[in-house]
Amino acid sequence: MAEKLLEIKHLKQYFNIGRPNQVKAVDDVTFDIYKGETLGLVGESGCGKSTTGRTIIRLYDATGGQVLFNGENVHGRKSKAELKKFNRKMQMIFQDPYASLNPRMTVADIIAEGIDIHGLAKSKKERMERVYELLETVGLNKEHANRYPHEFSGGQRQRIGIARALAVEPEFIIADEPISALDVSIQAQVVNLMKRLQREKGLTYLFIAHDLSMVKYISDRIGVMYFGKLVELAPADDLYQNAMHPYTKSLLSAIPLPDPESERTRRRIMYDPSSHHYEENEKVEMREIAPGHLVYCSEKEFEQYKAQYK
Amino acid sequence: MEKILEVKDLKVSFHVYGGEVQAVRGVSFDLFKGETLAIVGESGSGKSVLNQTIMKLIPMPPGKITGGQILFHGEDIVHKSDKEMEKIRGKDISMIFQDPMTSLNPTMKVGHQIMEVLHKHQNMKSSQAKERAIELLRLVGIPMPEKRVNQYPHEFSGGMRQRAMIAIALAANPSLLIADEPTTALDVTIQAQILELMKDLQKKMDTSIIFITHDLGVVANVADRVAVMYAGQIVEIGTVDEIFYDPRHPYTWGLLASMPSLDSDHKAELAAIPGTPPDLTNPPKGDAFAPRNQYALAIDFEQEPPMFQVSETHFAKTWLLHPDAPKVEPPEAVKLKMRKLSSTFEKPILVKEGK
Repeated sequence: MAEKLLEIKHLKQYFNIGRPNQVKAVDDVTFDIYKGETLGLVGESGCGKSTTGRTIIRLYDATGGQVLFNGENVHGRKSKAELKKFNRKMQMIFQDPYASLNPRMTVADIIAEGIDIHGLAKSKKERMERVYELLETVGLNKEHANRYPHEFSGGQRQRIGIARALAVEPEFIIADEPISALDVSIQAQVVNLMKRLQREKGLTYLFIAHDLSMVKYISDRIGVMYFGKLVELAPADDLYQNAMHPYTKSLLSAIPLPDPESERTRRRIMYDPSSHHYEENEKVEMREIAPGHLVYCSEKEFEQYKAQYK
Repeated sequence: MEKILEVKDLKVSFHVYGGEVQAVRGVSFDLFKGETLAIVGESGSGKSVLNQTIMKLIPMPPGKITGGQILFHGEDIVHKSDKEMEKIRGKDISMIFQDPMTSLNPTMKVGHQIMEVLHKHQNMKSSQAKERAIELLRLVGIPMPEKRVNQYPHEFSGGMRQRAMIAIALAANPSLLIADEPTTALDVTIQAQILELMKDLQKKMDTSIIFITHDLGVVANVADRVAVMYAGQIVEIGTVDEIFYDPRHPYTWGLLASMPSLDSDHKAELAAIPGTPPDLTNPPKGDAFAPRNQYALAIDFEQEPPMFQVSETHFAKTWLLHPDAPKVEPPEAVKLKMRKLSSTFEKPILVKEGK
């Protein structure tokens, strides 16, 4: 798992630069994604997790920093051919399966759009065969190919979205809240499908969500974002057992668990950003308190966290 | 305990182009004073239609109450006219909706939206109503209510808007509050705040709450009792402990097993419920859940199961509780949490029709 597929270095994404309503949606975020892993990204709405995903795949042009995919920069000047190459390797699954599929296209055309653009099928027959194969991979069947999105339920649409992403044989998939709009029982179906595909095809996922229990289940490592900053990054189990950053703690304490007894005794921890008391010239950055466990902190906090770490 | 609401064998249908959709197919339950009943189920299970029917908010036609009674404080509201309902809605029964952005009026100041209720139901004068509006905003935890009362919904954040909605809903001291997925659109931290607020206010005002959600974590947090709905029927109902620690219906098992808990194993596959809910234009013969149910018995495809009573408060609608049914083992994830509850009867009792 040591091989890095994606390196995100000091990524910045600002909106409305220079105007009074400037927003630092992503502010100096650095992390790596290893080949074959699932990295979960969690945080409140507005914390910049979706923007991070969208900037990585170049739906936005980054304000600063780098995104290296297999050592090559994704951003910066690119010829059409180069862009096409990246687009084939990186795909995205969106949150809302009702809004992300074109209602006027048949399922076959939606799935085959990438195949057509990249010229992956030599004949009409081959193209359709590929579509049928993809439909079967995601648990739909051949007969669905000529239907329109409105004929499908939410879970089925999300499967179509996944089939579309898989059509160009990507290595890396960004899933932006892929299950938030689905029912509990259907969520499990889609998550199981994503896990199976990862095993079979060796995919790498960036899984963006706010449902922490599902994120923990699917992810190998988890990053927590707060106001455009990555505040903690750790292996999934470690993050839940040894949350260090006060924001992570408050987030964990807020998840309702399907267990009435633990709910009766729940104590919620509030996060107050001013509790850090950072000095003006203090250097606050990501520091590694244990192997693979990084926390955004100052030198002083770093010592404290290290002492607390079990 | 005092019964606020009794729903008896309620049936609701919609006449649409393709035929008659039977959205609610014979639902009965009681609601007591000061308690919270959570209703869980997938989309299309009829939970929202059920509650809109209690408010008589479904459009008629195409909707129609085809049978049953809704007794609110002992009075049947099924036959009440719109005019009569207007006196009840917002005053005795009020509702909080899922999306606070679309349910608040964007062209009206928040304060005015609260005062509207006070004018209509409590005949308050403007100055008095405004004071009460400020008081209500303070009650739901909005800082600087004197300033906020004059602002528009777009100046509020999502969590704040939901708080304002709650203030409107509680303005006339209703005895029943229906909350339809009130926290689904909110972040976990904000969700926790809103849930705490609702529980706190319930204690102060002794309101009964019907809480609709599909998040079982939220259910465990707020509910006193839980009703599980599937295909327009209540398939299991019981206290929150009975549903989480001693569930009897395979659909409830499925729901509980499909949620990963924080200590569940990464490697293990989630126990998803296969397939999708049935089409209620032609509800399947027998048990509606049978085609998706790995525990289905032959009789499930022939005959609808009756309600069985498992304890004083716990009912489940499944043939598995019949004395002749084979013993089955619930999924691993459910078994882990199973425990024997003291109130459980030795043997499930068949409930006769018209309980």
